[in-house]
Amino acid sequence: MAQDLFNSFMTGPDENGRFGEFGGRFVSETLMPLILSLEAEYEKAKTDDSFWAEMDDLWKHYVGRPSPLYFAERLTERFGGAKIYLKRDELNHTGAHKINNVLGQILLARRMGKTRIIAETGAGQHGVATATVCARFGLKCVVYMGAHDVERQAPNVFRMRLLGAEVVPVTSGRGTLKDAMNDALRDWVTNVRDTFYCIGTVAGPHPYPAMVRDFQSIIGKEVREQLQEQEGEGRLPDTLIAAIGGGSNAMGLFFPFLDDKSVRIIGVEAGGKGVNDKFEHCASLTGGRPGVLHGNKTYLLQDDDGQILEGFSISAGLDYPGIGPEHSWLHDTKRAEYVSITDKEALAAFQLCCEAEGIIPALEPSHALAYVAKIAPELPSDHIIVMNMCGRGDKDIFTVAKHLGVEINSGA
Amino acid sequence: MTRIDDKFAALKADGKKAFVSYIMAGDPDYETSLEIVKGLPGAGVDIIELGVPFTDPMADGPTIQLAGQRSLAAGMTLQKTLDLATEFRKGDDITPIVLMGYYNPIFSRGVDNFLNDAKAAGIDGLIVVDLPPEEDSELCIPAQKAGLNFIRLATPTTDDARLPKVLTNTSGFVYYVSITGITGAASAEAGDVGPEVARIKSHTDLPVIVGFGIKTPERSEAIAKVADGSVVGSAIVDLIAAGKSTDEVLAFVRGLAEGAHRA
Ligand SMILES: Cc1ncc(COP(=O)(O)O)c(C=O)c1O
Repeated sequence: MAQDLFNSFMTGPDENGRFGEFGGRFVSETLMPLILSLEAEYEKAKTDDSFWAEMDDLWKHYVGRPSPLYFAERLTERFGGAKIYLKRDELNHTGAHKINNVLGQILLARRMGKTRIIAETGAGQHGVATATVCARFGLKCVVYMGAHDVERQAPNVFRMRLLGAEVVPVTSGRGTLKDAMNDALRDWVTNVRDTFYCIGTVAGPHPYPAMVRDFQSIIGKEVREQLQEQEGEGRLPDTLIAAIGGGSNAMGLFFPFLDDKSVRIIGVEAGGKGVNDKFEHCASLTGGRPGVLHGNKTYLLQDDDGQILEGFSISAGLDYPGIGPEHSWLHDTKRAEYVSITDKEALAAFQLCCEAEGIIPALEPSHALAYVAKIAPELPSDHIIVMNMCGRGDKDIFTVAKHLGVEINSGA
Repeated sequence: MTRIDDKFAALKADGKKAFVSYIMAGDPDYETSLEIVKGLPGAGVDIIELGVPFTDPMADGPTIQLAGQRSLAAGMTLQKTLDLATEFRKGDDITPIVLMGYYNPIFSRGVDNFLNDAKAAGIDGLIVVDLPPEEDSELCIPAQKAGLNFIRLATPTTDDARLPKVLTNTSGFVYYVSITGITGAASAEAGDVGPEVARIKSHTDLPVIVGFGIKTPERSEAIAKVADGSVVGSAIVDLIAAGKSTDEVLAFVRGLAEGAHRA
């Protein structure tokens, strides 16, 4: 028993917020007291049945959980190998997994008496989820979004505004997701007393990586039950596959299976134009090295001087030069494998999913699907792959149309 | 004893408050910033804070963000920042230099390498914004062992329960950030700062200097009066951004220094 515990991959982080050497609390002193009180509040909530009862109720009636675990028969036939299941988190209210986590954080913010919520967003999905839950609870919401992303994700910007959020286009730095996160942190330092920072992925200072993972773990917990219902008692997936921006949908799927040694775990990073030394990609693990940014130590895209590099991806949601610290640890301990998929491969998978399954996926999970397409044909028919379909593609149709050379009118 | 300790001892003997100035190394380029740094002691600066540019300065306002971008665009690196200090030391072996920045460039270089090179370049202290006491094993403790001061920020959110933790392993001086906010924001009133400084001083014998948002000689004086000195950064960097000559920048610094020294 003690030996089992020692070998567990599920006990992290330690009391300093570290997963091995990764994670930690690399923030300015102004934020430290708040981060410590957030940690204390979260520790209390975690073991409070009433907190989880409220979460379960909202997950069920507001978000629409559990999301289906769907046997993708036609994709399975196409690939001609492994049996493919899709975890349908794209059917959640607001169209992605992001809301699983937002609900948890907003309930915590309410417990802490915070009245103003700030968030960063790339693709806009986390921003929309935050604006949505803030509307639901009557909280003031400010969303920081890179000016470049404001342009390429215009429909989500309008959604957030409809939901009553203030969207602040970020022009500092180079106006992308990492700069949006910088500006959110600057806002937080300034308004630390009444403001709660709702981080959208498993990154940031401790306790965020662990907390966001715990909220997203509902994905993997459901998969574990649903697969047994469909495939028989005790049946575990053989392979789990998820796309990785910061890594929250992936951690949510992976975490409940970390100690099931028979389960192969694969995270798919955005390979952009290809993982090369020109950094035209967002593959922090396959193309970066350890560093410190946004409150945690983790793999980062950076130059020789430790300056952070801008990533590149067709998918705004994966366009981040870092990755959650727990993934860095799972990578170094080799519990999980990390691979990359290029823009081109993701686009092909996007189209395949539309025509074979009648599901328009977001560009983020299209990366995961492209990797499924690579390995499934070589695997036996009794091998079960569960892929996280973490978002729907409504937000991406303009980007995809542009890449396919089709003009559509976004106005009417 | 570092140059910082010596400096505060000398100021105390003279009955004077300290004036600390911040500029970004390499802003707008290496040569110009070296020229400005060389002129700072003559303009009355007691301690030089030298910003190390970083792409993601999460605790800085627009002024210092842009200074970092100009500096990086002009090819500045951590190595060149150390080169600049080495060059300065050839003509001045007294004025303390404190590097101020973020952890990643240091971590990227390797902590041991960095500390050796910083010491050799004549650096006296470090302010690393994203290393709170919770992360002391990363750089703070190795830096103290290497004979560099590790200067910590205390803020309005650092309450009495937490202050001892912040002050343990702090040396040289304590930098009190007078507001909850980023560099360049509005400053606190001297009337509010005084009691906070007294609160910190009841926990430590280290000098307490105060910064964030000071832009004029009058403010520099008023703040220095209720503390052991004042720090000005963004207001000086603004002049560099506006393309003012080195003489104009130094004349402005002289006014700020005189303000603090009047206190
Ligand atoms: C649908 C979708 N998937 C994935 C991501 C990436 O985030 P994470 O890796 O944290 O799941 C985003 C981010 O915007 C997203 O919208």
